[in-house]
Amino acid sequence: MTEKNETILSVDGLKTYFMTEDGVVKAVDGISFELKKGETLGIVGESGSGKSVTNLSVMRLIPEPPGKIAGGTVVFDGINVLEMPIDEVRKIRGSRIAMIFQDPMTSLNPFLKISTQLTEVTRLHLGHTKEQAREHAIKMLKLVGISDAEQRIDGYPHEFSGGMRQRVMIAMALSCDPELLIADEPTTALDVTIQAQILELIKDLKDRMGTSVILITHDLGVVAGMTDKIIVMYAGKVFEQAPTRELFARPANPYTQGLLKSVPDPAHEQGKELYQIPGLPPDVAHLPPGCPFAERCDRAEDICRREFPPFVEINQDHHSLCHFAAEVYASSAPEDL
Amino acid sequence: MLSFILRRLLIIIPMALLVVTLTWGLIRIAPGNFYSSEKKLPPAIEENIRKKYGLDKPWYQQYGIMIFNVVKLDFGNSLKYQGQSVNEIIGRHLPYSATIGILAYLLALVVGLSAGIIAALKQNSIWDYGSMALAMLGLSVPNFVFGPILVLFFALGLYWFPPARWGGFGNVVLPVITLSAIYAAYIARLTRAGMLEVMRSDYIRTARAKGLDEKTVLIKHALRGGIIPVVSFTGPALAGLLAGTVVVERVFAIPGLGNIFIQSVLNRDEPLTLGIVAFLSILIMIFNLAVDISYGFLDPRIRYE
Repeated sequence: MTEKNETILSVDGLKTYFMTEDGVVKAVDGISFELKKGETLGIVGESGSGKSVTNLSVMRLIPEPPGKIAGGTVVFDGINVLEMPIDEVRKIRGSRIAMIFQDPMTSLNPFLKISTQLTEVTRLHLGHTKEQAREHAIKMLKLVGISDAEQRIDGYPHEFSGGMRQRVMIAMALSCDPELLIADEPTTALDVTIQAQILELIKDLKDRMGTSVILITHDLGVVAGMTDKIIVMYAGKVFEQAPTRELFARPANPYTQGLLKSVPDPAHEQGKELYQIPGLPPDVAHLPPGCPFAERCDRAEDICRREFPPFVEINQDHHSLCHFAAEVYASSAPEDL
Repeated sequence: MLSFILRRLLIIIPMALLVVTLTWGLIRIAPGNFYSSEKKLPPAIEENIRKKYGLDKPWYQQYGIMIFNVVKLDFGNSLKYQGQSVNEIIGRHLPYSATIGILAYLLALVVGLSAGIIAALKQNSIWDYGSMALAMLGLSVPNFVFGPILVLFFALGLYWFPPARWGGFGNVVLPVITLSAIYAAYIARLTRAGMLEVMRSDYIRTARAKGLDEKTVLIKHALRGGIIPVVSFTGPALAGLLAGTVVVERVFAIPGLGNIFIQSVLNRDEPLTLGIVAFLSILIMIFNLAVDISYGFLDPRIRYE
């Protein structure tokens, strides 16, 4: 287990823009966060809020053009990834930072055997021979719970079910024992029973290997049980940042409040209509001058539409992007967790 | 897999017979005869000719004899080239067409694949626009224009290659380039489209996230999926090329099969026409089968049942 309290990843003022015919899309606009060793960070937000782009930027996987990292720093283990030559970045990808993607059905190469796809990572980064790599790959497949790995390793992705493929993805991502694992909606494409298994697997492996994890999701239920802290993203900005417990207990942002209210609660919802935030996320190519959430916010006032809100510090670990952060924080009654 | 191949091979027989039947019907519907000339033959001589070639029998008997011969793969003698069997003639002229056809397709593959891959990798760059503009040109300039232009510059202007006829390697260069142009252009466009689609896919992002360099991503992960359209195109294209192309053979005075084919139709040389049609149709079907089989090696998801 690596020592805690040591920062593994520090993102500061990251801006990723896409040049489109419709103008500049500020997919990520000034995101900052820190991740300590062994810690799990949840990034929550609706589709198009910039969660995936943030993490693709960390790995420099944004297609350029049309994408462009316009500013900020991404410091991984003391080095700014954004200023590294791309060959150096490739040495980090897959070995020190690994990624699991949303859709296991399309994320594995349908033309190549599982063995090929698994062994090429360790042969590249760990210098394994063919035999070593194969042995290691079988070990990894067993680790993620694939039975008769010795036979199945020679299969093709289409011979695996969705959940099994995601297990293969996890085995692949973890095979070089990375310091940071980025899981981009790892369970969204899976059915509910499999979701729980996969999350449990990630949690278990993270604890055993001491990996730091960034878990991207739009499902608050997923992050609740797994993360140490959470970032809520909206329209390319961090709207709220807090330790997981505190965020659920005392949100300081109306958007977070809205998200929490929209989570179905089997205990209370008998016959009552489920809350939903009105409207749709704004078009990030044409953002209004004020708060991007103002149009959908039930406590918006004139100032919200006029001026961009400040990033208010509630306490050392808790920040909220809102003109009324303090009031919202005060009003959100402390619940028993 | 084996039963799949067997079934597909068996289907070739009725298909080829159908093609031959249609061709035979068309030849018979067309007015005129192989012995018709400007001077009308005396009725007695015409009677004799008709008797000799079995044309006096009712049509269904003639058709039956024809089909019987086709099944035996013996098309009889040419009516025009006395004493030469159709099989002999095909065997004699095929090598010219096949040589030029295969070389042209290889050239087209090399040029087309490279141009297509470069265009896809550098999408919307000068490389992309340049190679696609060339491809458009290759598709739009007919080879009866392109061939003579090449002859004009490289044979009659620079004296690098002979302008026509069959001989050494020098004779092959210009016809092969002429013939390959349109195929190279087509392959380039297919490759570009295929590669662009694959390079956008999730598994390419996964490959990049693993830290693989662009070359490995391209060759190991993207190429297989990207060239499937080219493989589909190869079957019919190669069959057509092997069987000869009339225009190029005409322009460069090459004694290939295409030339003979056209001549046989003009001469109303029924056995020769039928023979070449049957040969061509079987060739196309076999190449298509080969393409279908090769899909299985490219894409493991494809199963044969």
